[in-house]
Amino acid sequence: MNKIQNNRAWWLILPMLLLVAFSAIIPLMTVVNYSVQDVFDANTRFFTGTEWFKEMLNDPALQAALLRQFAFSLTVLAIEVPLGIGIALIMPKRGWQASAVLILVTMPLLIPWNVVGSIWQIFTRGDIGLMGWSLRELGYGYNITANPVDAWATIILMDVWHWTPLIALLCFSGLRSIPDAYYQAARIDRASRWAVFRYIQLPKLTNVLVIGVLLRFMHSFMIYAEPFVLTGGGPGSSTTFLSQSLTTMAIGQQDLGPSAAFSLIYFLIILLVSWVFYTAIMNMQKDKKNEEA
Amino acid sequence: MAEIALKSLAHSYLSNPESPGDYAIREMNHVWQQGGAYALLGPSGCGKSTLLNIISGLLEPSSGDVLFDGERVNALPPELRNIAQVFQFPVVYDTMTVYDNLAFPLRNVKTPEDRVHERVMEVADALELTSQLKRKAKNLTADEKQKVSMGRGLVRDDVSAILFDEPLTVIDPHLKWKLRRKLKEIHQRFEITMVYVTHDQLEASTFADKIAVMYEGQVVQFGTPRELFEAPNHTFVGYFIGSPGMNFLEVSLRDGHVVSGTTELAVGREFADALGEIRSTNVKLGIRPEFIEVHDAHVEGSMVADIIHAQDLGTYSILYLRLGDTTLKARIEEEQPTPSGKAYLRFPGKWIGLYVDEFRVEIAS
Repeated sequence: MNKIQNNRAWWLILPMLLLVAFSAIIPLMTVVNYSVQDVFDANTRFFTGTEWFKEMLNDPALQAALLRQFAFSLTVLAIEVPLGIGIALIMPKRGWQASAVLILVTMPLLIPWNVVGSIWQIFTRGDIGLMGWSLRELGYGYNITANPVDAWATIILMDVWHWTPLIALLCFSGLRSIPDAYYQAARIDRASRWAVFRYIQLPKLTNVLVIGVLLRFMHSFMIYAEPFVLTGGGPGSSTTFLSQSLTTMAIGQQDLGPSAAFSLIYFLIILLVSWVFYTAIMNMQKDKKNEEA
Repeated sequence: MAEIALKSLAHSYLSNPESPGDYAIREMNHVWQQGGAYALLGPSGCGKSTLLNIISGLLEPSSGDVLFDGERVNALPPELRNIAQVFQFPVVYDTMTVYDNLAFPLRNVKTPEDRVHERVMEVADALELTSQLKRKAKNLTADEKQKVSMGRGLVRDDVSAILFDEPLTVIDPHLKWKLRRKLKEIHQRFEITMVYVTHDQLEASTFADKIAVMYEGQVVQFGTPRELFEAPNHTFVGYFIGSPGMNFLEVSLRDGHVVSGTTELAVGREFADALGEIRSTNVKLGIRPEFIEVHDAHVEGSMVADIIHAQDLGTYSILYLRLGDTTLKARIEEEQPTPSGKAYLRFPGKWIGLYVDEFRVEIAS
C-alpha cells in the first residue's frame, strides 16, 4: 500500500479543534484575560501582569483555606478508601441479599449535594436533630456552630457517609471481575486470608481505585454546597474551604481580576495533584529493571 | 506423595438427584498410584473437571470417599490436602515477581528462606524460567504465566499429587508440544503423581502412561494408549480415540450366520457362537479403520463393498465404503493403490470387538 503524503489532511482536525475551543479553551481564556487585568468598567482597564497571582498566593486567608482544603481532602481519602474497600469485601456477592445491600449502599449517592447539607444540618441540630440531641443527652456539649472540632468532625462524617459508597461500588465491581480460579489457586497454595487480599484482591482493584481516588480527590477538593449549607464556613472561618472563598470573592465582592487569578491557581493545583496520584499509582505497577539482564 | 483412591464416589450438583442423568459423576471406584503419569480424557461436560476438583478438595463429593494413602480426606479443605492444581487459564499473582510467585506456596507454610531459594532455583531451571525470575508476573506472556502456575505446583516437593486441568488451552500450538515434553521430563525428574485432564487424545497419549477415558460421568476405560486403541472397552472409547474413530455395525444372528441388516458378514465361528448367547438387542461389531483389510479383487473370506469416496491425507487415505446398509471407513497406506468402484474387505478375527449395550464382551476362542 502506498502511503500518500498530503498536509491538507491537517484540516481534518478542525472540527475537533472547534469543539475543544468552545468547550474548554475559550471559557478558560476569558478567565486568563481577566486574571491579568484590573477592570473598573466596560471602558476602563489596566494591564496588571502577574500582580493578582502574587497577591493571591500571598493572601494569608487563602493560604489558610488551602491548608484546610488539603487537610480535608486527605482526611476523607484516608477514611473513605479503606472503608470503601472493607465494605465491598463484606458485601454479599449473589442472591437477593446482594441486590438489597447494593441498593442500600447506593442510596446516599443519589442525594443532591445541597440536600445532603440540609439533611445533616437538621440531623445535627441540638434541639430537634437526632444526632445533635442524642449527643447532648449523652452529656457531650455538641455544637457545630460554636465548636470548630465538632464542625470539622461533622463535615468529615457527612462526606464519608455521602461518598464512601462510590468507592465501595467501584471496588465491588472490581472484586466481581476476579475469576474463581484465583481464589481456588490461592487455597491450593495455602495462602492466608490476608495474602489473598494483598496479592489477589488488592492488585485487581488497582484500576478501579485509581478512578476512585482521583474522583474523590477532585470532588472533595472542590467541595462547596455541603459545608456551605451545614456550617456556612464557620465557626469563624474554620470550615471555609477554597471554593467558598472563591465564591465570596467573585460573586460577593465582584473582584474579577483576583478571582480569575485564584481560579487558575485552584485549577492548576487540582491538575497537579491528580497527575501526581495517577503517576504514583501507575508506577507501582511497572516492572523493576531486570538487574540480571 | 500418595496413592489416591476413589471409593464409590459420586457427585451431583443438584441437592436431590434422582435419575443417573442428574449426576456429574456416577458412582465409581478408581485408584491413581503413587508416581504415575495419568490422563483423564473425555469430551466437554463429561465430569473431568468435577472429578479433579473433588480430588483437590475444591468440591465435596455427594457420596463416597476420597482416600489419600488409605486415609479419608473428604472433609479436608485443599490447603490441608497438600495437593497442587494447575488451572485452564494461568493464575499468577500479578504484583509479585516470578521468583516470589514460585516461592509463595512455600512461604505460606513458613519454609526457611534458604530452602525456598534452593527449590525455586531448581524449579525455575527445570521450567527454563531462570532468566525471568526478577520480572513482574503481570508482564509475562500466556505460556510463561502458565509455566509459573505449574512451577508453583512443582516447588512443593512433598505434594500428594499435581492435578492439571487442561493447562495448555491458552498456549500457542508450537509451544504446546514443548511444554508437554517439559511436563513429561519433570514427571521423570520429580516422580510426583500427576493427573492431567484434557479432551485431546494426542495430548493425553503423549503425556500419560495410563489414560482414564470418561464419558457421561463415569470412567469407561482405564488403560495404556495402546489398550485404548486396540481393545476399546466401550463404544465411546472406540469413537473418541483414533482418527477416524472405530466402525460399528449393528449385528444379529440369522440361521447361524452373522448379519448386519440383510448383509451377511464374513466373521469367524467364535464370533457367531458368542453372538448366539446374547439376549440384548443392542449388539454391535466394532473394528478400527486401520484393521480392515482392503483388496481390489476377491480373496478368501472377503465381503464386497461399494467405494463411496476416497480421502487422500498424504501419508494415508481414508476410504468411505458402503457394506450393506452401513458406511464404513477404512484406512489404507500410501503405497497401496486405491481400488475404484468395488472393494473386497476382510475383518481379521483378532481385531473384531463385540459390544453389547455399548460395552465390550470378550469372545472366547
